[in-house]
Amino acid sequence: MTGRGARISFAVWSALVIAFLWIPLVLIALYAFNSSSIQGWPITSWTLHWFSVAWHNQEARDAFWLSVRVALVATAIALVLGTMAAAAVARFRFFGREAVSFLLVLPLALPGILTGIALSTSFTFVGLTPSIWTIVIGHATFCVVIVYNNVVARLRRSSPSLIEASQDLGADGWQTFRFVLWPVLSTALVAGGLLAFALSFDEVIVTVFTAGAQETLPIFILDNIERGQQLPVVNVVAFFVIVITVIPVALAQRVMRDTGLIRRGGAQVTETVEAAEIPAV
Amino acid sequence: MVVDAGALEAGLPGRRARLRLSGLLWQRPWLKALGLLTLPLAAFAIVYLGALAVLFISSFWTVSSFTATVEHTWTLANYRQIFDTSQPYLQIAGRTLGIAAAVTVTDAILAFPLAYFMARLAGKRMRAVLFVMVLLPLWSSYLVRIYAWQTILAHGGAINWGLDKLGLPDQNLAYTNTAMWIVFSYVWLPFMVLPVYAALERIPDSYLEASADLGASGWKTLRSVILPLALPGLVAGSIFTFALTLGDYITPLLVGGTSSQLIGIVVYNFMQEANAPFAAAYATIPMAIVGVYLLLARRLGAFEAL
Amino acid sequence: MRRIHKRPRASVVAVSVVTAALAVAVSGCGGGGGGGGGTSATTSTTIGKGEGSLNVIEWPLYTDKSFAKAFEQKTGCTIHRKDAGTSNQMFALMHGNGGGGGGQYDLVSASGDASLRLINAGDVQPVDINQIPSWKDFLPQFKSPSHNTVDGKHYGVSVQWGPNTLIYNTQNVNPAPAGWDEIYGSKYKGKLTVPNNPIQIADAALYLMQTKPSLGIKDPYELTKDQLTAASQLLMSQKPLLKRYWNYAADEITSFKNGDVWMGAGWPYQTLALQADKQPIKEIVPLPTTGWADTWMLAAKAPHPNCALKWMQYVTTPKVEAQQALVFGETPVNPLACPYMDKLQKGSCAAYHLNQPASYYSKIKFWKTPVPQCGWNNSSDCMDYNAWVQAWTKITG
Repeated sequence: MTGRGARISFAVWSALVIAFLWIPLVLIALYAFNSSSIQGWPITSWTLHWFSVAWHNQEARDAFWLSVRVALVATAIALVLGTMAAAAVARFRFFGREAVSFLLVLPLALPGILTGIALSTSFTFVGLTPSIWTIVIGHATFCVVIVYNNVVARLRRSSPSLIEASQDLGADGWQTFRFVLWPVLSTALVAGGLLAFALSFDEVIVTVFTAGAQETLPIFILDNIERGQQLPVVNVVAFFVIVITVIPVALAQRVMRDTGLIRRGGAQVTETVEAAEIPAV
Repeated sequence: MVVDAGALEAGLPGRRARLRLSGLLWQRPWLKALGLLTLPLAAFAIVYLGALAVLFISSFWTVSSFTATVEHTWTLANYRQIFDTSQPYLQIAGRTLGIAAAVTVTDAILAFPLAYFMARLAGKRMRAVLFVMVLLPLWSSYLVRIYAWQTILAHGGAINWGLDKLGLPDQNLAYTNTAMWIVFSYVWLPFMVLPVYAALERIPDSYLEASADLGASGWKTLRSVILPLALPGLVAGSIFTFALTLGDYITPLLVGGTSSQLIGIVVYNFMQEANAPFAAAYATIPMAIVGVYLLLARRLGAFEAL
Repeated sequence: MRRIHKRPRASVVAVSVVTAALAVAVSGCGGGGGGGGGTSATTSTTIGKGEGSLNVIEWPLYTDKSFAKAFEQKTGCTIHRKDAGTSNQMFALMHGNGGGGGGQYDLVSASGDASLRLINAGDVQPVDINQIPSWKDFLPQFKSPSHNTVDGKHYGVSVQWGPNTLIYNTQNVNPAPAGWDEIYGSKYKGKLTVPNNPIQIADAALYLMQTKPSLGIKDPYELTKDQLTAASQLLMSQKPLLKRYWNYAADEITSFKNGDVWMGAGWPYQTLALQADKQPIKEIVPLPTTGWADTWMLAAKAPHPNCALKWMQYVTTPKVEAQQALVFGETPVNPLACPYMDKLQKGSCAAYHLNQPASYYSKIKFWKTPVPQCGWNNSSDCMDYNAWVQAWTKITG
């Protein structure tokens, strides 16, 4: 439909935009190898020295493990609650169904600072002291949505007649779940879980308000950037964080492509996009 | 693994009870829905909605100046202060809205050609590659991306180096509104690309063929057929660029300056000053704006499009 | 009959994630640097065994490794630091999450504008001064100053004190500045910086005290509405002259280093850091000036009170006082530190006025929280801290 000239200009524009998206990431990754402790450009000498400094930095290690623990727990909670809610919404028509969908999407749609200050005020109100659990609660609010989106998208794309067929063949509820639903859902759950993990691991907006003296890795980065301290170590940690969040997301993509579903094509693309972050109402 | 009907009928203990339960749930589907929903909804209502309610209520309280104890007396003092024109809060809100609008427009302009290329012009392989290249920055660390721009925009950073190479004068971009506009546009861009891509990808080829058959040129088709169909995608993307900018505080914290304060950083500062009630009151402004925006977006079909 | 595919790999992954998460959550229950309430160990005369950990909110370098490492090795108390940029931050950290340090923090190095707020808010607890042997050697002004001693109870122990200074780049600022005038004038427009802190209003008030006596300002922290407005106006006229306001000391250091600013209000800490980095930086202390007197205060809900008290003991000893003074650029409260200071750096005892503290002390207007009660005219119509914060937001917003 479009002429050759238009095609080329679209292609060039796309290339520029993609470059715009990636250059800052590449730049900050390069700073991890900068031997100078001043954050100037260009980088004149390269070193791996700061990697060993960061490796031996006890504060950074503690922050890393705390982030991992928080992400695992938040993901576990999200998997359970998100699947339950998604199963109910996708399969049944009931009063208030749209309202439920809308409500569950709020933590993603409303700015994170609202979640943060709301939780912080409430914790103080009920006398809850900050701990790993207050951080987990904050993360779980939106991790549930990620899993929910993935599972709802998958359930919408799969045929409800599968369950009917299973029950026609005499399977009870548990067997239907184990042999029919689970294979259909598993990849959505894995994808949702991986995305929720990545999101929780990277989370800082809400965590600033729900953590006390506990330092997750993003809090470690933020505190040090703000105060202008330990910047070479921060660069190494930043590099590490980019790599470590790319892995679960790339895996999730892989898993979601490999669906084995009956329908393909446009539906699959939309499902991927939906699952990525768009609220499904 | 193939389901073996014979094995299923070999009555296992308790199977009859499970079958009866399954039957009951089958006849009354709402029971099943209820069972599934109770736990997540209760958890959600108590924790999240409850927290929002407490926040809203606390916006009507005040904090004593010296000891910072929250005084549980109902008052509109916080709101009066916000809407007092001799105070800077309305101006700050206006500035935030302005930047949010600018960011939305910028991202729409940047995203649309890319999304169109991905959806309609690129080959299958290229499309998959581009999709991943847009998705990965979205999911890589938000904080690190902003930090990257802090170093790029700094006095001795990559931008001034590039300008030097081109023989142009150094720019003082750090800690300005411009810096924040650039960073916001950068961070939220994938949020705009993906829904527009989904919307464009959905347009059936037959629409475009029909338009061509009726004699429309490429640009006319773009204006009259493609753009209206892509609109829900644009609106969906704009929800993110707009709402997320309204409440963000990390970007102003790292690349903004004191003369370019936004709603988010003011709320953050007041929380730092142990004045949570005022922070809560001021935070209702972005909450209200986003709420209205979501309702409007729903009208425009942003949700149904997906 | 359709084949229903099973995906063992994916399901195994998902199940193991959930199991791992639950296992790890149980093991990670005590995670983080704090948690749980603290017991008050302040009434006995000996300090009990260290708890192995110490969480502090501090000004930068107040627990610098150069003198803190020996402490950590001797007592086994590992220090976890949170650096603050302003007294307000310190107060908010201590007062948040239910107060008393939120069960998260043990110590805070509060200046005079935060200490009374913390005491009144019940966030800090009294200490038994007999447990701090060095206390009896302190300069008399710092033994029981009104900003940390209330009704005879000592809420912590004084540690160091110092002035706010005027830092300048010797290459770009000619001639060298003589007073605070330069920072309110347009000679170096666009090359100035001041702290982003509501207490900065006091600096403006102090300046007006000299230049506009008709305003009747007697105490830069006790301002009537008109006086506060006048100070705010001065600061608003200063705003276009500034390059930026600095939030943390490191911001100011970076701005001087990359040439963004040539002159600014700061602390000796920044000057020393820049000089150590071979920058052409000097500072002057135009008297009278504002300043700060810091107290290590014990959180009401401190989770590690023994380690906290051990630190208080350690940091007030003469040798450590000297070390800290030279690292940050401040003056010890313990005059026995004098010989140690001279040993580390010749003439430093005199340079920081430790050998003649009284006259120097009286010319510094130490930070204190603005309250409605005006001491100088026996009324209660002075502006309170909230008013200062609102004014500051207006100036900087």
